[in-house]
Amino acid sequence: MSLQILTYITVGLSFALYIGIAIWSRAQDTGEFYIAGKSVSPLANGMPTAADWMSASSFISMAGLIAFMGYDGSVYLMGFTGGYVLLALLLAPYLRKFGEFTVPAFIAERYYSKIARIVAVICLLFISFTYVAGQMRGVGIVFSRFLEVDVTTGLLIGMGVVFIYAVLGGMKGITYTQVAQYCVLIFAYTVPAVFIAIQLTGNYIPQFAFGGEIIGSEVKLLDKLDDIVTSLGFNKYTSGSKSRIDVFCITMALMVGTAGLPHVIVRFFTVPRVRDARLSAGYALLFIAILYTAAPVVGSMARFNLINTFQADEVGSIDGNLKYEERPDWVKTWEKTGLVGFEDKNGDGRVQYYDDTNESFMPIAEKYGWQGNEIIFDNDIMVLANPEIANLPDWVIALVAAGGIAAALSTAAGLLLVISAAVSYDLIKCIFAPNISDKQELIISRVAAAFAISVAGYLGFDPPGFINQVVAFAFGLAASSLFPAIFLGIFFKRVNREGAIAGMLSGLIFTYFYIEYFKGLFFKWAGAPWGINNAEQWFLGISPEGIGVIGMCVNFTVAIIVSYFTSPTPNHVQKMVEQLRVPRHF
Amino acid sequence: MDKNKHSAYWRANLKLMAFCLSIWFLSSFGFGILFVDQLNMIRIGGIKLGFWFAQQGSIYIFVLLIFFYAWQINRIERKYDVHED
Repeated sequence: MSLQILTYITVGLSFALYIGIAIWSRAQDTGEFYIAGKSVSPLANGMPTAADWMSASSFISMAGLIAFMGYDGSVYLMGFTGGYVLLALLLAPYLRKFGEFTVPAFIAERYYSKIARIVAVICLLFISFTYVAGQMRGVGIVFSRFLEVDVTTGLLIGMGVVFIYAVLGGMKGITYTQVAQYCVLIFAYTVPAVFIAIQLTGNYIPQFAFGGEIIGSEVKLLDKLDDIVTSLGFNKYTSGSKSRIDVFCITMALMVGTAGLPHVIVRFFTVPRVRDARLSAGYALLFIAILYTAAPVVGSMARFNLINTFQADEVGSIDGNLKYEERPDWVKTWEKTGLVGFEDKNGDGRVQYYDDTNESFMPIAEKYGWQGNEIIFDNDIMVLANPEIANLPDWVIALVAAGGIAAALSTAAGLLLVISAAVSYDLIKCIFAPNISDKQELIISRVAAAFAISVAGYLGFDPPGFINQVVAFAFGLAASSLFPAIFLGIFFKRVNREGAIAGMLSGLIFTYFYIEYFKGLFFKWAGAPWGINNAEQWFLGISPEGIGVIGMCVNFTVAIIVSYFTSPTPNHVQKMVEQLRVPRHF
Repeated sequence: MDKNKHSAYWRANLKLMAFCLSIWFLSSFGFGILFVDQLNMIRIGGIKLGFWFAQQGSIYIFVLLIFFYAWQINRIERKYDVHED
């Protein structure tokens, strides 16, 4: 059976499963639509939270970025997991005790203000739209590869699928569907990792293959990798090129952002008790960690195999480089999507893959007769191409496609749900038109979801970076806007309405314009980015991915100062805060 | 009486949180970023230690840390009689 047909069958089967579950548990009333009626146990909540969390960015993009970034890729590994510690300790139990539907609802009550609610909705929309845009790009890449069409067509097909899928069911549908999606995606991630780990190191557990020796030699995988990448002019794999302050800030922005992401926070509204919220975060991270501890190993092995494909023999000898005519099939298929490109710069009919931006390597390259790097990969294809590069059986490749789609769909659906709830419930029902019926509310929420998909699709056509980088912007926005407001709301009674509103706005605006200035996000049509994106131009040497940390500091400072200059928090709100700090009702 | 109990519980909670968060900070920002070069001089199981903390070790610690906190805070809640049910 051909790979194409096998992929159709695998993806088709997984879809039948999700849609079947979604129809079987279709949301009946609005309460169920939003939070599944508070009846999900911590362990059962862990899996969907993990599926929700692990998006196209974790599944498709991350290991690829790590493969090319080496140590610098650690920012994603630590950043996307460490936030769960903050969630479990600082936010989840208290928000659960508070017991509202949505994040803006908490902000509205705690800061006794409709304006605060609107500001929170604005923050939420900025965060979620940016995040969905990253997902759509991922969906586009998966579909383009497996239907063998170009990325734009893939994106359009993906938008249609997400639309049908997410608008059909509500949270309850999503909760059970996501258990299935978690299983599919973790299986799809682990199987090729195990295969490749066995091939390269003989170790059955990919997590442990990290420190393993390459079969048939006494050399450790990571040492060998360090050797070959440096022999081609690249940075050492185990040490990075980003500045320390930037690595620090990106990691921090991603961690704090995790704890401020609305679609993650709402997950903890669905558990029965306060202590379940903490356990739930623990289980979620456990399920996430299975993928995240395999990802760096997948990344290093992918880089190793990739280089061996093009640089099969001694560096510098003519026969060391692969003949373009003899390139493997995966290169040919990916060329069709436009995400792999080859240009024979020195006309020798062979592929040279090395770092041609490294000045100290230039004389060496010249001696070899190389005139520039000849092959370009989009980092985001690495995980999808990995099983093909390693010559794994076709069913594994088909499985990875299904996993990638599961990852992107589950997150996109979770995000769309948060967006539609924010618009239909927080904006329309709670502020502008309190008298609308449940049915009208559902219609509005679906229209909002459809609108969100269109905007995300538009952003996905010309994304400002790789999936993970776009996602990192969403985290920065979350870290600088919602996280401080929620955190201060629980831990500092003195912070009042004026402080919170001023804080959220200043944090959001600062971070948003910094990203827009250097990378361009929603204002591409107006000529953004306006600045030159390099370390000399950056504020304190912090890249747009890490700037959320400074935005967060701005938010904290403004919120506290403004609060001290305005009237104190009213008594009933102070009582409410005392109430939510203690698990038992009193 | 209740009020005292609540603020005593809250102080105990903050203390536990501070302890857990310092481990959180040390294992990621400390070992994985700030002291990565120093730790890379040590090798464990074929991997440079700083690099390992940055790419795998910190994640294992995060998982353990959440379960540790959940376990300890449940004990504290019982001690101050503020637990649910």
